[in-house]
This record gives sequence, structure tokens and C-alpha cells, in this order.
Amino acid sequence: MSRYTPATAEDRRRMLEYIGVGSIDDLYSGIPAGVRQKDLPDIPKALSEPEVIRDLRELAGANRNIDDLPCFLGAGIYDHFIPAAVDSIISRGEFTTCYTPYQPEVSQGTLQAIFQYQTMVCELTGMEVSNASMYDGASATAEAAVLAASATKRKKILWGRNVNPQTKEVLRTYCWSRGLEHGEVPAAGGTIDREALDGALSAGDAAALVVQSPSFFGTVEDIKALAEKVHGAGALLIVVTDLLALGTLEAPGALGADIVAGDGQTVGNPASFGGPAFGFIAVNKPLMRKMPGRICGQTVDSRGRRAFVLTLQAREQHIRREKATSNICSNQNLCIVAASVYLSLLGPQGLAEVGGQIMAKTEYALGRLEKSGKFRRAFPGVPCFREAVLLSERPVKELNRRLLDAGIIGGYSLEPLYPELENGWLLAVTENRTKQEIDRLVAVAGGDA
Amino acid sequence: MTRRMETVFEASRPGRKGYALPELDVPAVDCRTALGKACRGKPPRLPEMAEVDVVRHFTRLSKLNYSVDEGFYPLGSCTMKYNPKVNEVAARMPGFARLHPLQPEETAQGAMKLLFDLGAMLAEITGMDAVTLQPAAGAHGEQTGLMLIKAWHESRGDAKRTKVIVPDSAHGTNPASAAVTGFETVEVASDDEGMVDLGSLEAILDDTVAALMLTNPNTLGIFEKHILELTEAVHRAGGLVYYDGANLNAIMGKARPGDMGFDVLHLNLHKTFGTPHGGGGPGAGPVGVKAELEPFLPSPVVVHKGGRYTFTGKDERPRSIGRVRSFYGNFGVLVKAYAYIRALGPEGLKEASEMSVLNANYLAKKLGGLYPLAHKGHCMHEFVLNGGPLKHETGVSTLDVAKAVIEAGFHPPTIYFPLIVPEALMVEPTETESVETLDRFADAMEEIVAKARSEGPEAFRGLPTTTPISRPDETTAARNPILRWQFGE
Repeated sequence: MSRYTPATAEDRRRMLEYIGVGSIDDLYSGIPAGVRQKDLPDIPKALSEPEVIRDLRELAGANRNIDDLPCFLGAGIYDHFIPAAVDSIISRGEFTTCYTPYQPEVSQGTLQAIFQYQTMVCELTGMEVSNASMYDGASATAEAAVLAASATKRKKILWGRNVNPQTKEVLRTYCWSRGLEHGEVPAAGGTIDREALDGALSAGDAAALVVQSPSFFGTVEDIKALAEKVHGAGALLIVVTDLLALGTLEAPGALGADIVAGDGQTVGNPASFGGPAFGFIAVNKPLMRKMPGRICGQTVDSRGRRAFVLTLQAREQHIRREKATSNICSNQNLCIVAASVYLSLLGPQGLAEVGGQIMAKTEYALGRLEKSGKFRRAFPGVPCFREAVLLSERPVKELNRRLLDAGIIGGYSLEPLYPELENGWLLAVTENRTKQEIDRLVAVAGGDA
Repeated sequence: MTRRMETVFEASRPGRKGYALPELDVPAVDCRTALGKACRGKPPRLPEMAEVDVVRHFTRLSKLNYSVDEGFYPLGSCTMKYNPKVNEVAARMPGFARLHPLQPEETAQGAMKLLFDLGAMLAEITGMDAVTLQPAAGAHGEQTGLMLIKAWHESRGDAKRTKVIVPDSAHGTNPASAAVTGFETVEVASDDEGMVDLGSLEAILDDTVAALMLTNPNTLGIFEKHILELTEAVHRAGGLVYYDGANLNAIMGKARPGDMGFDVLHLNLHKTFGTPHGGGGPGAGPVGVKAELEPFLPSPVVVHKGGRYTFTGKDERPRSIGRVRSFYGNFGVLVKAYAYIRALGPEGLKEASEMSVLNANYLAKKLGGLYPLAHKGHCMHEFVLNGGPLKHETGVSTLDVAKAVIEAGFHPPTIYFPLIVPEALMVEPTETESVETLDRFADAMEEIVAKARSEGPEAFRGLPTTTPISRPDETTAARNPILRWQFGE
């Protein structure tokens, strides 16, 4: 008998007797004989709790993690510090083991947490409405594209070449399945090429431009200028960004964005081999009722007290079925609780201070590497945040190998997906990297040996 | 807990903080100099709070929730089983939680082995040939599965298959997922036993049908007894059959969707495999397929060759539908599901299903005297009560009953679903509940029905009274949406 099922042999006997059957198998008599199965021969035998821990420790121990190896790799997932209070709160069973808040009377904790999260996303993005979160940044961006197509009744999605390649892959998948067309706008100087954009928009058939800032290359785009061009062509501007960066960078909503989306791993969620974290999406009021996903709203209870509920559900699948704005019926709730604890601890000054340290450390690392004579900046003069492209003298594969041998995880190799960036090395420097670690990186990467 | 719960924005005081960073050990950079006009002007109005106040705020918030850790949560179709604590320990091991998804494969072999083994175990449990772990939730899995079906038909040059058949008892996500992958939904009626009517199905099967989506056991908690005939009929018409894994908890080790003729399925690891729901996520919605659909799976796929695990490159999977999410899925959730399967083993998984069915039948018999049951004979892991007669007789609706269940200290069953049963109450006790808990719940339901008969709807209007809020005004919330904190307040 497994430790997760309380029924004793005596309980089972009594229950079967009450039901009036001789065995549990009698309850399965509705399954046609042709599909009945005896066993699961290839599932390994049950483990006690100490054995489960031993097995998982062995698997975990077969990995080298970023506590042991200073990590200069980003490309979508970043090593930011997470205060201990975050995990302490999201370990509480009251947050962990409840369902989606369908019964508001017994779900006010989850609902208020969502409401507060939505407010924080609105504040950071400068937008009017946020939903309760999405699966991840890439799928949130794809849903933003679908929303834009539906709002503009156009079928073409444009994106910059400097959008995260995984986001582009998800965009392609969603576009194919929804029957949308797509096109890529060059970004040879590190940011979206304005003339090429004019050309792409001139046909007047674009539903939206997806611009990422900080881009995959770490470069900061001129959102305002892009918004003017995009709006001039009757399209919407989707800005993909990062909540942590928005403590330092101007809110896209203040610069003309129509939809802001992105990944929230950076605020309070561990790298965890790429998930789970959450995606966010925010719009202004005109697009509110077309937004996918869960939304929480404030109301009052029957005694006039403030209360929170899931709202605008007329957009959703359990009411609208095939006419719903999307099929999403969940949010990455625990991950946004983590994000809201993180953002409450840091506040506006904390976030700005983290951003300031990132900028200083990134600049320090880039300067030192340049001085070694083995690297040059791919996009000099273009502002960047947390990440930047360096062109290395030697092949990146060899470089990263040297670093790994020295106990450092090096940057992302760009050349396989961006052949134009020969020996391109995307280096991420978060506030977690110390001067000592950066100096060590420079000594190994910039060394002659 | 009578005190008004303030928001973090009300609790904020300028100058407070709950963090400390190490002193900057490199030269500072001025934001405005470095970023110019891209530097933020007006700071975001995030809360300013001391650590102790943040911790107290969120601890108090948590106490406003009802959870599986607190008590019985018989929410039909959601499989609110107990979530083992060791799984939480596992997912938090630094060797998992502190892994960068793009770090060199040689430094992540343990994580890749876990992905590989979990995929293989899920394939074994479901009778499928290959599994992708990328989808982040059940609905995301459905969407991915339907994309695979679309790609498969397209690869055969069969462009006219634009329809997906969904039973009238199906989850709302089924038609919504069909719509978001560009399919048109056609409903098929259930017969008087709640099963898909073979004749009605055959009547609408033609060469425009891409797939039939089925949940089995279905949403009434009964096994489709003509399952082989149903899947054969769809295959004969050139379509594929999709298995919605929402109800897999009834049949692990007892029957496999792959043996029933299903071609594609999704699983909800947060239902069947014991990972916590988290108040709405993160979950995980792996998708399993038969061999002929394998080439279309999202990339990358973990492969094991020469004693090493590697992720396939893009060029190795030319027919893949592409990615549906970044990286490899909700890895932390996958670790928990892996730990769950390892803890239970083949006998434990089978026992979980058997006990879920035994508990459901025991409770169904207890409640069957109070309400008509929507099924005949035995149910599987869940059952549906018809609240229509009680409403007709007493004026007490299923919503009223749900609020009374809350007052009695339990989470209510799923209500008003499936749509084919009037005033439905869908009850799924799961295997992790003791007979005493089931008895207590049955007693509470008996009292509620007695109260409905003796006192009528008036006695229910004010319920619940013991919760942090009473019934909220949802109409005003939707008509006049307040979706963020109003700072002027």
C-alpha cells in the first residue's frame, strides 16, 4: 500500500461491501475486455522516500549548476538574486495546493495576489490592463501576435531579427496553426533597421511589429520612433521586454506600445532549466476584452466589503467554448506570487539599484574584455542592458570550452543562428556576478594560453 | 481574521525596503548617460515594504485560501489529490533549480536523463510511442496535439480536413483548442448513458473530419464501452483520435489510451501525477503520440545515444511543428512528476487509480440517495449529481449548495459542468482521501439537502458566513472592471 493512499485493507473491504461488489476489479467491468491491461512492466519498482531522494540527488548531482559555475549565459534565462523570503512564501501549502480560484470566498489569497501582480505589471509596463499571466514569454508573445491580428483584421506579423530565436520559433508555430503570415525585419546594426521596416510596412498589410527591447542582443530599441512608423502603417506595436529591466528602462506604454509581453523569470523565479516561470501580457483598454487568459477584478461582497473575483470571463473557453479569445484556462499562478513577493521586497529603488549594478558590471566586463584585445563590441554606441554581443578573435566553441574547464559558463554562441555575426558571443552580466568572477572570466577569455 | 486585508500598495511607506545588495565593486555607470532617453523617467509605483511586512502580508493572504493541505477538495475533473512534499524538495535541489537551460549538455546530463526517462515512463503508462514534455498546461497540450494532427494531415496533402468532432459533454477547452488551431468544431450528441452515440458519430464522419476528441472515462465518470468501435470508425474515415487526459487518474495500470486506438493525447501532470496546482499553475501538459506522428513533435527532443543524452538540433527534425514554448517545458514540474512516479512504481500507480475508483463509487452510493446520479451502474474516478430535481422541489440551486458546502468546511465539487446535466455537481474524491473524510462529506451533504427541504432557498442566501468574504458581486466586476489598484483611492 502506498504512503499516499490512506485506505487500509479493512477500509477497502468495508467500502466494497457497502457498494455491494466483491472486488475493485468489478468496478472496472465497464472497460471492454479488449483494452484491459495487466501491468506496467517498464515502470521501475516503487521507492521509499529516502530512496526517492537518493535517486533524485544522483540525477541532480550529475549536473553542474550555476551555484558552482559562475554563469555569463543569458539568452532568455538570467541568474538574478532571489531573496529567501520568496521561496518561503511560495512553499506555503495554502498557495501551492489550491486550484484556480473558481470559488472566490475561499480563494481571496490567490485572487488578491493576482490583482496586486496585475497592478505591478501595469506600473512597470506603463499599460492599463494586465492579465493574470501566461505560460512563458515566448507563448505570451505569440498570443500577443494573434490578438493583434484579430484586432486589426490583418494577417501578417512582422518581427525584428533581434527577437529571441526561441520566441520566433513559437511565433512561427502559432502563425502556421492560425493561418497567419510572417516576415522578419533585419537588425544589422543591433537594432531594427528603419529603412527595411519602412519597406516591410509599405504594403499596408501588417497586423503588428514585434520588437524586443532589451533585444536578444541586449540592445535597447527606440520604441517611440518604431511606434510612430508602425502606427503610421495602421499596425500595432508589440513590445517584448523584461520586468526587471523595466525598473531601469522607460515604460513601453509611455512610448507608444499597444501590447507589452515578455517573460517574468527575471523577477523572483529560478532558472530551473528553463521553467516554470511565467509570461506576462498587458494592453490598453481598447484591447481589454480581446485579451487571452485569466483576469482578476475588484468588486464588493454582499456586505459591501472589498473582494476580488475572476472577471471578464465572457472571453473564456468555459463560457464561450469555440468562440473564446484563446483556449488558456490557467495562469502560472505560483510563479507570479513569487514575482510579487520579489517586487514587493525590492520596490522601485531596489529594482533601479539592481538595474544600476547590472549596467555597471556589464560595462566593466565589456571594457575589460575589449582591452584584452581579443574581443570587440559588435554594436558599439548602441545602448544595451545586461547583455551584449562581442565578436571574439577565436571560435566561440573553443572559448567556451576553455571557460568551462576553468569552471565558468561562458556566453551564448550566436553564429549558428546568426551567421553574419562571425564568432559572435552574447555575454550576460547580472548583479550576481562579482568583480572577482568577471576578472577571472577576462583572465581566461582574454588570456593567450 | 476579521481585520480588513490591506493591499501591498496601501501598506507601502516611502523609504522602506526589504532587500540589500552587496556594495557595487566596479565603477558605477550613470543610467541617463548610458541609456539616454531610454532611461526610465517616472519610477513604477511598486510597494516599499520591510521584509517582515512583506512576509506577514503574504502569509496573511495565504490564509484566505482553502487548499488540499487544509482539507477535502472534491473538484470534479481537476483531480485534487494530495501533493507529496518530497517532490517539492526534489524540484528545489540546486542541481535542478539552478540549471541554465542552455548550459553545455555535458553539464546537464542528469536533467536530460530525467526528461528522457519521464517521457519513456509516460509513454509506457499511456501506451503511446513518443512524448513531448514541452507544453506548459493541459490546454497547451491540447493545442499542441491538434497542431500535430493538422501537420500530419497536411503532410499527406489532405487539406480538406477542417473539422474536429467534440462530444457535447466535453470540457470547454476542447472546442476552444480546436478553434485556436484553425479547426471548426462539430458537436456529437451523447446517448442516454452519457456515452458517445456511435450512430450519431458515424453520421457526421466524412473526409472533412480531422479528428475526434474524447475524454475517457468521460465527463460523467464512465468508460466509453464502445471505445474500440468509436476509434475504428474515425480511423476508417481517415481521421485521428485525440485523448484528453483529464481523467487518466481512473485507469493507470488498468487500460491504456494507446491500446484503445488513440493517436494523440495530452496528460495533466498536475492532476494525475501529483504535482500541485499552485492556484492555477504552473502545471505541465505533455503530449504523447503514436509512431507515425512522432516526426512532427515539437523540437527539441532528448535522444540517448552512445551513453549520452543530447537535444536534437533544428535540422534533425524537418517535419517538426516547431516550438510551442521556450526550452523544454516546465522542468520543475516535470521533476515533481518524475519523483511521484518513482515513489509509486507500477503497483502504486495502479493502486492510485483503483482507490480513486473505489472512493468515487463509495461516495456515489452515499450521495445517490440524495440526488439522482447522472450515470448508471458503477462510475470510474468521479461522478455527476443531477441538482435539477432538488432545485425544482426546493428552489435551492447548485450554486446555493456549493456555498453551503463551503460553510461546512469543504471545497465544493465542480458545479454546472458537464453542461448536459442540469444543475450539475461533479464530484471527484481522488485516492488520497480516507473513508472518514468521505463519510464526513456525505454527512454534510445530507444536512444541506435536509436544510434545503426544510428551510428553502432563503436559508442559503447569506452563505457562506465563515469565509473572509461573503458572496461577491460578479456582475459589477464585469460591467465596471477594476483590474488594478487605483492609487487615488
